Amino acid sequence: MDVTLRVRRFNPETDQASHVETYQVPAEPMDRVLDLLHYVKWNIDGSLTFRRSCAHGVCGSDAMLINGANRLACKVLVRELGEQISVEPLRGLAVKKDLLVDMDPFFDSYREVLPFLINDEPAPDTERRQSPEQRRRFDDTTKCILCAACTTSCPVFWADERYFGPASIVNAHRFIFDSRDQGGAERLDLLNDKEGVWRCRTTFNCTDACPRGIKVTQAIQEVKRALLFRKP
Amino acid sequence: MTVRHSYDVVIVGAGGAGLRAALEASGRAKTAVLSKLYPTRSHTGAAQGGMCAALASVEDDNWEWHTFDTVKGGDYLVDQDAAEIMCREAIDAVYDLEHMGMPFDRTPDGRIDQRRFGGHTHDHGQGPVRRSCYAADRTGHMILQTLYQQNVKRGTTFFNEFYVLDLLLAEGRAAGVVAYELATGELHLFRAKSVVFCTGGFGKMFKVTSNAHALTGDGPAVVYRRGLPLEDMEFFQFHPTGLYRLGILLSEAARGEGGIFRNRDGEAFMERYAPMIKDLAPRDMASRAIYTEIREGRGAGPDGDYVYLDVSHLDPAVIDAKLPDITEFARTYLGVEPKKEGVPIQPTAHYAMGGIPTNIHAEVVADPNDSVVPGLYAAGECACVSVHGANRLGTNSLLDIVVFGRRAGVAAAEHAAGLDFAELPDDPAADARQALEELAGHPRGERAASIRADLQTAMDVRAGVYRTDGLLKEMEEQLDDLRGRYDRVWVQDGSRAYNTDLMETVELGFLLDLAEALVASARARTESRGGHFREDFPKRDDEHWLRHSLAWKAGDGVKLDYKPVTITRYQPMERTY
Repeated sequence: MDVTLRVRRFNPETDQASHVETYQVPAEPMDRVLDLLHYVKWNIDGSLTFRRSCAHGVCGSDAMLINGANRLACKVLVRELGEQISVEPLRGLAVKKDLLVDMDPFFDSYREVLPFLINDEPAPDTERRQSPEQRRRFDDTTKCILCAACTTSCPVFWADERYFGPASIVNAHRFIFDSRDQGGAERLDLLNDKEGVWRCRTTFNCTDACPRGIKVTQAIQEVKRALLFRKP
Repeated sequence: MTVRHSYDVVIVGAGGAGLRAALEASGRAKTAVLSKLYPTRSHTGAAQGGMCAALASVEDDNWEWHTFDTVKGGDYLVDQDAAEIMCREAIDAVYDLEHMGMPFDRTPDGRIDQRRFGGHTHDHGQGPVRRSCYAADRTGHMILQTLYQQNVKRGTTFFNEFYVLDLLLAEGRAAGVVAYELATGELHLFRAKSVVFCTGGFGKMFKVTSNAHALTGDGPAVVYRRGLPLEDMEFFQFHPTGLYRLGILLSEAARGEGGIFRNRDGEAFMERYAPMIKDLAPRDMASRAIYTEIREGRGAGPDGDYVYLDVSHLDPAVIDAKLPDITEFARTYLGVEPKKEGVPIQPTAHYAMGGIPTNIHAEVVADPNDSVVPGLYAAGECACVSVHGANRLGTNSLLDIVVFGRRAGVAAAEHAAGLDFAELPDDPAADARQALEELAGHPRGERAASIRADLQTAMDVRAGVYRTDGLLKEMEEQLDDLRGRYDRVWVQDGSRAYNTDLMETVELGFLLDLAEALVASARARTESRGGHFREDFPKRDDEHWLRHSLAWKAGDGVKLDYKPVTITRYQPMERTY
């Protein structure tokens, strides 16, 4: 089959504004959108620019807007999309070239939520004990690959880039609910801020966008509930 | 214009080894980490099954058995002093990670759970042992995230999307690196007292591979071009369970949890190849068993060119809890439901046992006498210490990166203390700049993509699981041809910002160099050992070949020499399972 692939392109050195280029690409139903992009890059136009690495949905490099939804190009197949496929850069982050956006604001926001284990007690000689139930409590949010699909699908983030965004809250959740962590109160204070969890309008875009199947909206709700019911 | 920086320690690569090194170095010395990717994109994140350590959480075990398994698994080409260190330090390495927040799966009483893995046994091969510490089937993801988190906590300095093109040596020691900033196309000079390479593997010289696009052997190639040798390049691991045609890895954890191989007739064929541990045989043996089935007409599918990995008899709850990612890969990419049917698999190019020769302190060594290159370090897959010998055991790569990444970080920082920068020539970036300008100046012609595709296809056929002198000779000739085409390669993208076309072209040049070293080393080694299988020399030959190969770039060719294997406890024995 042939796919009509429409790609929004922008070269900062020559273009005032972005434009859409259309390519006819031979494809199989089981091909990934990433395969189509590679076909264009390797056979038609070497200047087509995007990030990718693992090509099977675990490194988080190639999140983009595919037929109107945030997806990893390596995890969505032609058979799910049909013969008309459009690809654009993620929204809400500055486009640097073609499908490649500035990820620095995203990682800056991630770093602000203290995304690391905080436990100042001396560590034991062996492991800190944690029951399987305690471990399961935060399992879902450990799956995050920081691809930014959730945050850049969020209307609140589009309107206000200072909002922490779903991905940062997911990574805060991962530690707030880890029985070994002692930094929960500090993180909850951060997320109680006007740019914190209360901005979330539960549109579920983030949950739909997550390529790892994380229940992102639920994680945000759990953080809200932890704020409501925490001991003063 | 070249932008100048000065750091005591420069770490190249931000996967598990680089991030672990950074945790040690940045507390002790002014440290920068340069990575061609954002750190969390590194391929450590794709590792699945676990990290072995003889914690004895769930059954009797000790690090000496782990050492024996590592040596035997590596077909006795392992340097046993290094393996002892790795297996002994494994235990604290796991607890260190746990203390950093690593979310290991747990036993009912809250300890780190452990599971079986290929080639890991109790009592020197008496039966499988539960030794692999894991976090579902995304252990590498969890390790990468945990190490990155700790670097965020400590404020490590990162230069993301900086691609290192050259190593600077001066006064007989490491003096810095030259890096290409992808965002701007500018060259940056990083002066350094210690340089640590942690750039990962080079599986992208093969077509069917589990490796990420980024795995093009940049570190080993840069070192090789600067006149240093590469060790044991002929030993490349083909993992038995890659998704059919795609090569995407399905963890050995599937077999650790009880998965079995089946051929076209549904027969569980590993009983014929490894009667004692069957489907938990090491990867080299399992890959050859699969190809033997296929060659003898028992492969499945219309072309009879794959076999099945069957987990359908496992408890669905176990699959969901312990193998969620890999079962999703089968659903997503092949449309197969592993709870109901076998998953089509074939061996996939997975791991380079060889690389930059190092000693147990992660110092790079330059000759058969193990002379150290002061200030130069390597750790992880790009290095060859050698803990993996001729065939790496599953889980030992995650162990390698944290144990030797830590050692590299400590050693690099200690070396830098109290040392001055080496005196550099006037324009140290001149070589890198000239090479880039030369590449970018070629007229319209063939592009890197088609040369790379031909390299990959040829390497699968001629330097893959089965090798012969004839095939390898053909591959040498083909590499000459590919090299000629590469000398005229056309970079189509003329822009400065984010020129990934230029970057891919540089990467291909590195792959070609490493393929030459691999093929020359493989052709010379007239025996079969571990991942290197010569049909014309099917037996291991300890009398002549119980030694490491060293390959130097010599003009248009490769110069080879050899050095002894360090043997401490275990004399070579026949390797059966």
